[in-house]
Amino acid sequence: MNEKLYQDIPASAFEFVPEEGRMHDKKLETKPVGYFKDAMIRFSRNKGSVVAAFIILFLVLYAIFIPMFCENNYTRALTDTTYLNYTKLPPKVEGLGWLGMDGTTTETVNAATYNAYRGIAVETGLDPVVEIYRENYQDPTASKKSYFYDLKVDTYYKMGMMYMTLSPDEFEKIQAWQDETGIQVIYPAITDSKQTDANIWYEADRKGAPKLDKQGNLQDIYRTTTKDDTTYHSLRIAADNDPEKPLAYARVAGTSSNKSYIVRVSKYNYFQYRYGFEPAFVFGTNARGQDIFTRLAAGARFSFIFAICISAINLFIGAIYGAIEGYYGGAIDLVMERVSDVLSGVPFMVVTTLFQLHFANKVGVIPSLLFAFVLTGWIGMASRVRMQFYRFKGQEYILAARTLGASDWRLMFKHIFPNSLGTIITGSVLVIPGVIFSESSLTYLGIVNLESSTTTSVGTMLAMGKDYLATDPYIILFPALFISLLEISFNLFGNGLRDAFNPSLRGAE
Amino acid sequence: MERGYGMVKYVFKRILLMLMVFLIIISMCFVLVKLLPDKPAEQFGKDMALIEMRREALGYNKPLFEQYLIFVQKSLIGGDWGVSESLYVGQDVWGKFMEKMPATVAVNLYTMVFAVPLGLIFGIYAALRKNKWQDQVISTAVILFVSVPSYVYAFLVQYFLCFKLKWFPFQVEAGYDFFSWKMFVSMVPAIMSLGFGTVAGLTRYTRAELTEVLTSDFLLLARTKGLSKAQTTVRHAMRNAMVPIFPMILGEFVGIMGGSLIIEQIFGIPGVGPLYVSSITAAQPDYNFFLLLSAFYTLIGLASGIIVDISYGFIDPRIRMGSKK
Repeated sequence: MNEKLYQDIPASAFEFVPEEGRMHDKKLETKPVGYFKDAMIRFSRNKGSVVAAFIILFLVLYAIFIPMFCENNYTRALTDTTYLNYTKLPPKVEGLGWLGMDGTTTETVNAATYNAYRGIAVETGLDPVVEIYRENYQDPTASKKSYFYDLKVDTYYKMGMMYMTLSPDEFEKIQAWQDETGIQVIYPAITDSKQTDANIWYEADRKGAPKLDKQGNLQDIYRTTTKDDTTYHSLRIAADNDPEKPLAYARVAGTSSNKSYIVRVSKYNYFQYRYGFEPAFVFGTNARGQDIFTRLAAGARFSFIFAICISAINLFIGAIYGAIEGYYGGAIDLVMERVSDVLSGVPFMVVTTLFQLHFANKVGVIPSLLFAFVLTGWIGMASRVRMQFYRFKGQEYILAARTLGASDWRLMFKHIFPNSLGTIITGSVLVIPGVIFSESSLTYLGIVNLESSTTTSVGTMLAMGKDYLATDPYIILFPALFISLLEISFNLFGNGLRDAFNPSLRGAE
Repeated sequence: MERGYGMVKYVFKRILLMLMVFLIIISMCFVLVKLLPDKPAEQFGKDMALIEMRREALGYNKPLFEQYLIFVQKSLIGGDWGVSESLYVGQDVWGKFMEKMPATVAVNLYTMVFAVPLGLIFGIYAALRKNKWQDQVISTAVILFVSVPSYVYAFLVQYFLCFKLKWFPFQVEAGYDFFSWKMFVSMVPAIMSLGFGTVAGLTRYTRAELTEVLTSDFLLLARTKGLSKAQTTVRHAMRNAMVPIFPMILGEFVGIMGGSLIIEQIFGIPGVGPLYVSSITAAQPDYNFFLLLSAFYTLIGLASGIIVDISYGFIDPRIRMGSKK
């Protein structure tokens, strides 16, 4: 019954849909979005990746700007070795004491050391002992009868004194500074000229244990001088109260025309004299007295620049190699694949070591390390580009362009190549944490030595800190934290990039 | 292509290829090493003439090509890699190597025995509870554990478990008895450090593969046919998901030995890794050890690649047939 209806439909049954003019498509509601903009939108929807991107940005800014703005106390002048005196100080930041960063450590000391701390407190007024947990107890397992104290000490005050040899010029300058600021830097000399421990200004036996007087106080052995001695005319300590017999603040040495003064200075106050502020290192100092905060930033800078260079070079070589392989195919592809097969079979350690052994003396450590990374690094990028080329080689628009007379190179890089930009960007971004990781492993093992007074890398800092893991864990904590944060963020960031550029792979991780 | 014959041909071809690549690499290594200046340093109290005579007798001054032939003949085919020069003076290189091997193998074996089941279990669990809170927790943990480098774990483990809690000793027990309980307990920190990364990688991979299989059409058909969830998961999904995972596990078994260098160094395991490092960083690098160990690591890398390929071929017939485009 229905068939009859469809065979014979009168023309009047039809009606034009638009009443006026021609038919157009409906106007597009949204604007056209380019490839990268689209990827960026997808990327920003993934919250984890955005957070990771911000963290990376923060770390990179840290690496770039900190060395510019903060004083690094180890490169004021290459000949300035003051920093060597400030080794192994724990981190100290105003207001972050609750995190444990108040410059204190807990330790167990014997009676002699405890009295030495008391000595520092009495003389300088800066008491190293912050809190006493247990005092005057005896350790039953110790062989001799000795008394121990469990203390919380402020390591910055514990530094105490040191001996310095000053020229008359410097002697005057320090005195002028003391008058100006009222901070005592130079402390009186002692009569015992054979005493090398600058912290001992009191009567003590050969082992350094003090001989207390009847009330249990320390007895000083300050050297006195005559009233006419005007070499020292600055602040005097409280114990110096006899105008007839003023204390001598320096031991004179050298010839009469070329005098030098051997003085005892307080390390804490001397730091203020040299640098103008109280010592408080944000991340502490390492075993050689270098501030970890700035050194980590300098090392991060080096690592970042190194990794970015390698990524760029690998990208360049790999893209061209993969493009040629993928485009021409056939015999050329076979041969090039074999070559990259052989190169990829060599273990990375072996390559690096061979390069180090051969070239380290001639070209320098860093270029030879660069060569080692570059030698096998481009293989991954080349295989990815090759795969992309295989996918797009047979498309019709390529055939059309070729018919129109496009040359090989033009086809490769103007038509096929942009399809693979997504994978290329993701790949080259993900190379960076791999390079930093490999480089830090190599420096840790000692195969490559990047350490010098001006340059360092994150791996070197880890290697230097491992000996002090038990006593001063913060030396290794901060570089390790930095590298872990970097790796995690780059992983999330790379995942986000991959999902943004390649939505078909989403969820495959 | 007949099933049995094609498989044998495939395996044969791959092995031949691997041997060729290995030969090329080791020859390059050999030449590069021989090109290094290797004059023994002037030492007090040692008779330089005697040292020179000894080197002459051992063949150090022969032309390069002749040395190469001797190398191929004696070392690659014969198995005699010479005598150590500076690390363990006078001792046979191969013998020392074999002495150290069990330590490395033991640590890696223990790690795999623990890491593989754990990784599989976590991965399967996460895939089954996809997008629920268990999955989120496991995924976050996986990202954390995959990104942090293994030596950072080693430090954390050492600091917290060995130093603060004193559960395990800092370094591995001396001695070569690898199956005693004491030795095992002392190896636990090393196993943990090595294992975290492996577990995380395996979990991630298993979860991804299993998820992909669980969302495929044939599984939906199986459910509509009336199979219970457990039946479909175990008999259909798991089998398909294992196809890419199993070769990877096999590859890991072989390949993990190449990556335990740092862990062995940190925990004082008397294995092959520290031998390699000290042969390079010593004042007088010991090139005999270096050559042997480079060959070893190269072989391991290539072998793990081949095992992955061949087992893939065994498990998945599609690969065997080859995909012709």
